[in-house]
Amino acid sequence: MFSLCAFTAVAAVFSITLYMIANGVPAIWQVGWKEILFSSVWQPVARDASFGILYVILTSVVGTFLAVLLGVPIGLFTAVFLAEAAPAWLAAVIRPAVELLAGIPSVIYGVLGMMILNPWMYCLEQMLFADSLTHQFTGGANLLSAVIVLAVMILPTVISISEAALRAVPPELKASSLALGASSVETIFRVTIPAARSGILTAVVLGVGRAVGEAMAISLVSGNSVNLPLPFCSVRFLTTAIVSEMGYAGGLHRQVLFTIGLVLFVFIMVINGILSGILKGERQG
Amino acid sequence: MPQSKISTEKLNLYYGAKHALKDITIRIRSNMVTALIGPSGCGKSTFLKSLNRMNELTDGARTEGKVYLDGEDIYGSGMDVTRLRKRVGMVFQQPNPFPMTIYDNIAYGPKVHGVRNKEKLDGIVERSLRQAAIWEEVENQLNRTAMGLSGGQKQRLCIARALAVEPEVLLMDEPTSALDPVSTLKVEELIGQLKGKYTIVIVTHNMQQAARVSDDTAFFLMGEMVEFDTTARLFVHPADRRTQEYITGKFG
Repeated sequence: MFSLCAFTAVAAVFSITLYMIANGVPAIWQVGWKEILFSSVWQPVARDASFGILYVILTSVVGTFLAVLLGVPIGLFTAVFLAEAAPAWLAAVIRPAVELLAGIPSVIYGVLGMMILNPWMYCLEQMLFADSLTHQFTGGANLLSAVIVLAVMILPTVISISEAALRAVPPELKASSLALGASSVETIFRVTIPAARSGILTAVVLGVGRAVGEAMAISLVSGNSVNLPLPFCSVRFLTTAIVSEMGYAGGLHRQVLFTIGLVLFVFIMVINGILSGILKGERQG
Repeated sequence: MPQSKISTEKLNLYYGAKHALKDITIRIRSNMVTALIGPSGCGKSTFLKSLNRMNELTDGARTEGKVYLDGEDIYGSGMDVTRLRKRVGMVFQQPNPFPMTIYDNIAYGPKVHGVRNKEKLDGIVERSLRQAAIWEEVENQLNRTAMGLSGGQKQRLCIARALAVEPEVLLMDEPTSALDPVSTLKVEELIGQLKGKYTIVIVTHNMQQAARVSDDTAFFLMGEMVEFDTTARLFVHPADRRTQEYITGKFG
């Protein structure tokens, strides 16, 4: 009975994998993998249809990278503050707030981003591109908005896992550094964080995973047209490409959407691979 | 008789409401080994930590009285903690190298204190490892992680790490209690070699160890220093009945 229940998860993973491959691969044969991965023209319903998702892939890569670039330092410093410096009463305020942040449904992030962030971005856009003749105005729904929303969304993951890693550093290690005359800041940056690095890396990788897989929030704030991932361009991610077209797509178009899903799937698998590599290195190290 | 390197006057320490050290007055002789003995919780480790102000890391710790290093009050307003801890090094109970290479472990302290020159650092690393009698064992693996060393090697590495900032005093908090007998012997030999150059204060649970390595011994009990004398006299002719009972194994 128990083993049957336990098998449910395995069966789910297995069947999802099979399903994704079975539905994603045919389009690769029909369109050609080079055409799909390296062409930048996405016109799935044109008479002479073109299914290039290069810009979509780039958007996911660049958007995730920037979100991590923004979110990880903030998250790491928050974790350091919580683990090392914060007085108990302040930690008691911050920690539940972080946990709550993790529990907020992603569609709420999206709505707030749309209502608050996008208008600001639009102001910024109007200032920056006031004299531009070529810029397509997006109303603030652009890559930058998506990056900011994603960065906030990965914060809870980064904070809670990094904090746990920092807390696991033996106190004697910090004491040794302090006893050599190092200041507490030197100790944090040169001993505590390096000692917790595998845990912090895990936090980063999980944050990447969350950012890559997020769809709902960014579909509301990123504008959703296929473009090069430039800060003020309206962009489409791998996830939002599926979300926005699956409803009406048919035939080959629908199959290509499954191929996009397959690409996303491969991304997540690679991230998981990296993660288990880190954890393995941890056990050996 | 050598002059005293560290002396305390009516040193009292409180952890919140707990009175952990009571009126400790002691004169620790320069370039000698002073052992602090006593049962668990007697305050000997607390006293040790008060000599380089590591006690201040504990929440709610409060110190009264004076601690002099070469006549200078270490709790005085003119005392820089960084400078103090450079002069008064510390070795802990658990061997705890930093998770970096052997070389970087030793170079850490000097770098903190501003040594950048690579040649100078190389010199410090070799000298410190030689002083800690571990150079021959690690000279070919300086760029490997220190986490792969044995427990005894790690502890000698930690001693080398403490020596690298050229301290005058070395505080050792039960440095061999986590080690096997052979490693313990090596560390004890090392203490014998170091004492001419450094003033060493060692906390130990092990009375035989105190008798073997130290010149002076202080016996602590429930936050008080019951007796302080030369090791030879304290172990043979203890003046206080409690000291005698402790060293003969009646309690502890």
